[in-house]
Amino acid sequence: MPDLTSNTAGIISPNPFWLASAPPTNSGRQIIRAFEAGWGGAVWKTLGQPIQNVSSRFGGIQWRGQRAAGFNNVELITDRSLDANFKEMAEVKRLFPKHAVISSLMVETKEEWKEVIQRSIDAGADGIELNFGCPHGMCERGMGSAVGQEPAVNKEITSWVKSYSSIPVLVKLTPNVGDIVPHGLAAQAGGADGVSLINTIKSIIGVDIDRMIPEPVVGNKGSNGGYCGAAVRPIALHMVAALARDPGFNIPVSGIGGVTNWRDAVEFIALGSSSVQVCTEVMLRGYRIVEDMIDGLTRFMVEQGFQTIDEMVGKAVPAYSEWGDLDINFESVAKIDPDKCIGCNRCMVACHDGAHQCIHPSTDGGIVPVVDESECVGCNLCEIVCPVPDCITMVEVDNGFPEGSWNEHLTTGSTIRPKKGSHGYDMP
Amino acid sequence: MNQKLPEDRAEAVFEDFKRAYTDEQARAEANRCLYCYDAPCIQSCPTGIDVPTFIRRIANENVSGAAQTIFDSNILGMSCARVCPVETLCVGSCVYNHMDSPAIQIGKLQRYATDAAFEAGWTYYEAGEDTGKKVVCVGGGPASLAAAHRLRRQGHQVTVIEKGHFLGGLNTTGIASYKMKADRSISEVEWLLSIGGIDIRSGVSVPDQLSWDDLKSEFDAIFIGFGLGEDSLLSLPSADSEGVIGAVDFIAQMKLSPIDVSSVQNAIVIGGGNTALDAVRELRGLGVESVTLAYRGGESQMSGYAHEWAEAKTEGVVPSWRSQPLSFAADADSRVSSVTFQMMDENKQPISGQTKTIPADLVLLAIGQGKLGSLTTGLDGLQVEWGKIVTDDDGATGAQGVYAGGDCRNGGKEVVNAVAEGDQAAQAIHSFLMGGGSCRT
Repeated sequence: MPDLTSNTAGIISPNPFWLASAPPTNSGRQIIRAFEAGWGGAVWKTLGQPIQNVSSRFGGIQWRGQRAAGFNNVELITDRSLDANFKEMAEVKRLFPKHAVISSLMVETKEEWKEVIQRSIDAGADGIELNFGCPHGMCERGMGSAVGQEPAVNKEITSWVKSYSSIPVLVKLTPNVGDIVPHGLAAQAGGADGVSLINTIKSIIGVDIDRMIPEPVVGNKGSNGGYCGAAVRPIALHMVAALARDPGFNIPVSGIGGVTNWRDAVEFIALGSSSVQVCTEVMLRGYRIVEDMIDGLTRFMVEQGFQTIDEMVGKAVPAYSEWGDLDINFESVAKIDPDKCIGCNRCMVACHDGAHQCIHPSTDGGIVPVVDESECVGCNLCEIVCPVPDCITMVEVDNGFPEGSWNEHLTTGSTIRPKKGSHGYDMP
Repeated sequence: MNQKLPEDRAEAVFEDFKRAYTDEQARAEANRCLYCYDAPCIQSCPTGIDVPTFIRRIANENVSGAAQTIFDSNILGMSCARVCPVETLCVGSCVYNHMDSPAIQIGKLQRYATDAAFEAGWTYYEAGEDTGKKVVCVGGGPASLAAAHRLRRQGHQVTVIEKGHFLGGLNTTGIASYKMKADRSISEVEWLLSIGGIDIRSGVSVPDQLSWDDLKSEFDAIFIGFGLGEDSLLSLPSADSEGVIGAVDFIAQMKLSPIDVSSVQNAIVIGGGNTALDAVRELRGLGVESVTLAYRGGESQMSGYAHEWAEAKTEGVVPSWRSQPLSFAADADSRVSSVTFQMMDENKQPISGQTKTIPADLVLLAIGQGKLGSLTTGLDGLQVEWGKIVTDDDGATGAQGVYAGGDCRNGGKEVVNAVAEGDQAAQAIHSFLMGGGSCRT
């Protein structure tokens, strides 16, 4: 059996599945239930001066009948006393000494940082996570993403924390920046042992168009919140990978953002995460989702021959390339399996209206559209819209051109294949 | 025009066989729709409803828009949603059938949108600017009503003549009650007539009380949509016994009045078409213990829909295949007591010496409806062949300015066919009138 033990910057957990700092980690009682369900670690709901929250706090995007494909919240950090939180943290660690408990912190002054760090260590926390990411409410008070968006401030506060902490320190990064790399490097320069990302994305989840108020509606107003859930995963994956492949960045990553199952977790691990953190899917489905995360990951590792999590960390990073280094001479075209085609014509309308007008109606009176391979640019749109599994496949064409990139073409003048699908544009 | 029905009519015991969707169910199903381009469901609908568009509107919570998309093509879309044999039309052509996935429940989605329009009282259409032309629609059923509504939208003055009391035709008196009850059809007619300006003359029989010449002197064009005649009966020994009645007649009685079948022990329905299948299921639904379907051919030879027969079987209807009625027996009160059948071979030919007698105290004859007979006498140029009015593709008969659609033209099809033919004829009538044509004498 593969070993699922995870090591993120010296924080060891029996598996790589952590609960992110959020409502599911609001109290010791919840975290005990989560550990009983199988979670390997939990990042405590951010501790600081207790705040007062509003009603309501959450919003979800319904998309084609799917509830909460995206999610956002305007909830702030803990609204419970530090005394209660640290007492419960100690109890959790007493009951689950081998599970990872990470204390998420957000305070203002140096003295406050010193105090909450010491109290976390005293409670038995395995690590500290600095909440430099919250994009709503706290940032208006000069904390959260207000810190995370300024590399100099990030670095300075990180260095304070490091000077007070004897346990590993993770800096949680905000995605509300143009380029994540300088922010990861700032945390590293401040001495962070690792980073976790992404925090939520500043967002307005929707508008009540009957009342003309942004959602979630609080009385007669709404505010921007933090976007999360499955819909943000592509953004998170990119940011994790951007750090993982940066040659100057060399501390571990805990990946966060739209993880719903073991497959998502493998993607984050493959792009450089040593552990993954989950919130939204637990809010929607409960702690029990970890059961299949563990089972599915275990089976995947057995199938693929991985013995440890570390063997998988960053496995897809070398193949993550700049566009300019892609093989521009690689050519593929769409093939429609006539035995599988159901005649919905979605590929045809998508190609005509949204791509390169190379899929046409059947010419023999049948239901199967015809691909004009001489014009097909191999864009994949038809394969994506086709409702039948494996009906449309993108098949490589041997065009005789050697592998070569745009960058090589610019620097060495290497040959690139002729364009397809440009049609000459002979407008009347 | 009082179209009130008795509350205690026999059909009141029936519940919908196909349940209405809730909002959530409708949206979930609508979101499954693939929104095909050039979709086969549109092609397979006789009225050509733009199914993908109305379903997408439901998914996007534009229910009023969805209903209008339906009504634009089929003004009786509310009843068609319930009574159409969708399994053989739109749902049967859904592309999901090709990938072993459940087809989109188009009928139920259509019902969801059109019911919403009814409950909310949404109306979409206004009479067009007056053309000064007058058109009469003979018959108060789906074909005539669809024609009348289209013609009114085009600005013509429209009169509908119905020989009976209730409007809606077989939609009111002949639809299986587990699909739609009579009151629903009547409220649909009221909704349709809310366009205003459609003159209704009920209780008037053409050509007995009002001759074709009378109509030609008053109107510029005539649409004939008076359906088929009475149930065909049998000239066999004791076939006139009490308790032997036409199935269409029985269904109409059940839908409009409080008939009592509690004393019936054994019912037989003779026939293999859809009226027969409706009748057997309705008899079971009314509580008749023993219901037999007697048909002169075999199971695979029935013209009735296989999906309806499958339901009838699960509801406990017993078949008697290859059984052609030979004679009826009656008791002392001259009430039917049994039917003797001649057994038939695979080619529906009698097998010599083989008969079978089944006890019965109610026998419904579902062997077709009478044809038009002499109803069209006096319309020079109008031809009738095989009991059907002959028209061109647009519904024009050989008589100048006289059009036809529905059962009297097609010999007895679905409501949706009648609507399609009425609508198409109305458009042809409009062109005829706007081109200066008239049937006036």
